[in-house]
Amino acid sequence: MTSADLTLDKGCPSGLAPASRAASGNLSAFMKRKGDLNTLTLSISGAKCGGCLSKIENALNALPGMVIARLNLSSGKLEAQWRGELSPETVSTTISNLGYGVSGYSEDAAASKTKSEERSLLIALGVAGFAAANIMLLSVSIWAGHGEMGETTRRTMHLLSGLIALPVLVFSGQHFFKSAFGALRNGHANMDVPISLALILAFSVSVFETLNGGEHAYFDAVVMLLFFLLIGRFLDARLRRQAYAAAHDLAALRGRSVNRINADGQTEAVRADDIKEGDHILLAAGERAVIDVKVLSGMSTIDESLVTGESLPRTINAGQKLYAGTVNIDQPIQGIALGAASDSLLSDISDMLEAGEQKRSAYRKIADKAVSLYVPFVHTTAALTFIAWLYLGANVREATMVAVTTLIITCPCALALAAPVAQVVASGRLFKKGVFLRSGDALERLAEIDHVVFDKTGTLTLGMPVLISEDMAELQIAAQLARASHHPLSRAIAAAAGPGPVAQSVTEHPGLGLESEIEGIVYRLGSAEWVESSGTPVTTGPALWFCRLGEAPVLFEFEDQVRSDASQTVRALSALGIESEILSGDRAGAVERAARTLSISAWTAGVSPAQKAERLEALTKAGKKPLMIGDGLNDAGALSLAHASLAPGGAIDVSQSASDAVFSGGLESILTILKVSKSAKRTMLQNFGLAAGYNLIAVPIAVCGLVTPLIAAIAMSASSLIVTLNALRIRG
Amino acid sequence: MSIIIYLIPVALGLGLVGLGAFLWSVNSGQYEDMDGAAVRILTSDDEPL
Repeated sequence: MTSADLTLDKGCPSGLAPASRAASGNLSAFMKRKGDLNTLTLSISGAKCGGCLSKIENALNALPGMVIARLNLSSGKLEAQWRGELSPETVSTTISNLGYGVSGYSEDAAASKTKSEERSLLIALGVAGFAAANIMLLSVSIWAGHGEMGETTRRTMHLLSGLIALPVLVFSGQHFFKSAFGALRNGHANMDVPISLALILAFSVSVFETLNGGEHAYFDAVVMLLFFLLIGRFLDARLRRQAYAAAHDLAALRGRSVNRINADGQTEAVRADDIKEGDHILLAAGERAVIDVKVLSGMSTIDESLVTGESLPRTINAGQKLYAGTVNIDQPIQGIALGAASDSLLSDISDMLEAGEQKRSAYRKIADKAVSLYVPFVHTTAALTFIAWLYLGANVREATMVAVTTLIITCPCALALAAPVAQVVASGRLFKKGVFLRSGDALERLAEIDHVVFDKTGTLTLGMPVLISEDMAELQIAAQLARASHHPLSRAIAAAAGPGPVAQSVTEHPGLGLESEIEGIVYRLGSAEWVESSGTPVTTGPALWFCRLGEAPVLFEFEDQVRSDASQTVRALSALGIESEILSGDRAGAVERAARTLSISAWTAGVSPAQKAERLEALTKAGKKPLMIGDGLNDAGALSLAHASLAPGGAIDVSQSASDAVFSGGLESILTILKVSKSAKRTMLQNFGLAAGYNLIAVPIAVCGLVTPLIAAIAMSASSLIVTLNALRIRG
Repeated sequence: MSIIIYLIPVALGLGLVGLGAFLWSVNSGQYEDMDGAAVRILTSDDEPL
């Protein structure tokens, strides 16, 4: 019996994401009304597969008055439209009852900017593809009719090609021109400068040749260059867009609403941003706190796994503090806000994420290094060619023509495709193995790893208690009580007992335990205090007591077990020369036990999110290239500051977005990821080598003035094809 | 050879139709949710044509 059996009805049926235990707040602020049509736009977390999609949409479409409910599986955006009396709470509760996280949808500026950039690149790519195909149609007939075609026909065909190429050059080429212009204005050159120069010069020379009845025009080369370069650019943009999701997911957590208790005693649902320090707040059962709160009255059990990594819920009383991100499990509590949403722990972590993001963008990719070598080389070659031809007695027209063909043929088609195709192929291979890569250049960083930092709870361990007491005669009766409760220990008992009946009228006493009467006998399940036991548990792990009222209680002991493949993975890592380390927010005893099981000597317990981030920075300073693997909110900062980072599929969204890849299989996936990323990096280097080798052959031919449009077309397509085919060799 | 006076416009016209269809598909948001479209075909109920 595993966790999946217990939570089958809740959350993702494929088990790609954990079921959300949080209830949705009041989201009426996100509803728009137009005539009698209500539109609610929500952000859904935890929906990962087709089962999730149909579960959510079918449940919503069954609601009275629902016109359309459509979930975008890629972005998690859900749009529901309905007529009539249906309240937005009913809609959001329907989804949260299915085990998915719900919050108001607010598109942030950065995400929508990258999205529109990707779209305009796609359109530019389509237009360039159209032009390339049609001009090639005309060019092929010119090449085929070489020597037979009349000059008028050839000129007409060149003219037609030019007429197609001009608008396409302006429209599709603007991505390169703008970027090149921006770089030049700031006094440096990027990859787009030689590209723009080659495009514009090749087009101008072709126009000149066409008007003067020349034999060669390079319109086909111009649009083909555009087409190949845009493919690389588009693939790059699509992989890069994922990186912006981190900020958006955090904003989604903060976009929730809070129940404020006003001076007159009325509760009112307000946006989290409107809460001020000192406001009185009601935290309903099942609700997730979005700001730090000090409890005034009420007693409940809270789940802090997201904040501290502590796997067990704890009891909270008046006077105690709870942090944003905590879920209140069973009883409503009233509290006082300890600051606005922007002062909470959540926003501290969001600042850490931003810092990590900046650090990562400073990483120098192989492609950047290649460009800095390439640009001066090509321009010097073209200039020298021009001067040499003039010196050897050619006229300006001839010399220009040769210099321009040099620029065209060396133009970095293969160079622009070298990295993106390798990244796309590698991420496709990883996807088949259940690994979702979040950014393309992560592969280069993952390939350089020499140190691994593990979080404990939920990463190395299962993240949920498992019953270790064996042969308990009382198990079946205890399970009847346990099945009625959401408490993780109760669920562990229910899981151990298997399916069975639920006791009637189970009462839950927060902080104490459960009580029920079965066939006239009162049973209690809970803390030692609850069953009035004087015994002490043998182990330091979590435990529950169970008794028939008036009789001696029996003890149920639990343990957060280490994953079955963890020690194998750690051993394989050390065989690769990679050290492992545990960094956990959990108690020392639990961490030490896990470390001993896995024979990891370096471990630290009880670390705060900030300390985790500091440790990662210290490792980087010491010249290490650490890989962080973690699943909780407390790991998010460390994940974003590590050289590379991974999150298991069960991790919360923020951590998933802060890491470079999410793996849904076991810990063995880590080895696969490292293998594929090493192979991808090797392929990228080979591709740059191939591109350089291509130039080594093409440049002498071009410099000697032997390049015709036909040769240019063949050479460019061939080099692009070769790097693409080489990338396909990457194995998963 | 005068046939190419008709053939070239026909070829260009066909290309433009394809380009138009592509632009329409981009603008109508058909590339917004690549993951969803792939699984929707498996889960949605069959409807009579």
